[in-house]
Amino acid sequence: MTDLAKASRPQRPEFRNINALKDLPTYRLPPAGWVSILHRVSGALMFLLLPFIIWLFDTSVSSEYSFARFTALFSAGVAGVPGWFFKLVALALIWAYLHHIIAGLRHLWMDVAHAVSKEFGRSSAIVTLVLSLGLTAVLGAKLFGLY
Amino acid sequence: MSVNYGSKRIVVGAHYGLRDWLSQRITAALMVLFTLLVLVQVLFTRGPIGYETWAGIFAAQWMKVLTFSVIIALAWHVWVGMRDIWMDYIKPVSIRLSLQVFTIVWLVGCAGWAIQVLWRL
Repeated sequence: MTDLAKASRPQRPEFRNINALKDLPTYRLPPAGWVSILHRVSGALMFLLLPFIIWLFDTSVSSEYSFARFTALFSAGVAGVPGWFFKLVALALIWAYLHHIIAGLRHLWMDVAHAVSKEFGRSSAIVTLVLSLGLTAVLGAKLFGLY
Repeated sequence: MSVNYGSKRIVVGAHYGLRDWLSQRITAALMVLFTLLVLVQVLFTRGPIGYETWAGIFAAQWMKVLTFSVIIALAWHVWVGMRDIWMDYIKPVSIRLSLQVFTIVWLVGCAGWAIQVLWRL
């Protein structure tokens, strides 16, 4: 019997059907994997919040009076829901948009330039994450009046 | 008869996925350009942006036509993306079909609302 066949070898994890509860907490994704799943999450988030986005467009653009309601939403809030909550939702949308557009440009660049090496996949994924989170932090600070 | 296999295979219009792939990228590129256009107008405004400036961006007829195309492009883009998500994660056909129908209704409804807002300006 060879060493390879011994039962004492450490068990390596096998992922056949990924169980969301059992496997995902220990499933280590590379940076490109994070960019990929967050691309989906951000897209789905914007899809679900589409009525809110159009409502923002509607109130901000329709009249002087509705524009005042639009700005009041983020300071005074509406129907008992405080303004900071809507700022938080807006911040989530800002992140979603930034991540989605930067990850999308990464895709377009890979398609156009045939940039499909392992190294480029990793480095561009890190750039995507840093840029999207960094810009979200900068715009979030502005949104919450930190500068 | 024309050859339709191997490297001569016609891959357009036969639901091989090329049309979805390409339309998602073209609509994305259009939305990126639109984003830049709006962003430039916002950034080059001096002082605080009030109602007049903001609504003024969307007031011109050419901007309305462009925004209209972007709304259609957005709905198309989101349809391809959400359909991908449902096809990857939802296996039972009945639930998947229901979610796809919901997605279409949701997107058509939202697009209609956005277009109404746009053209009563």
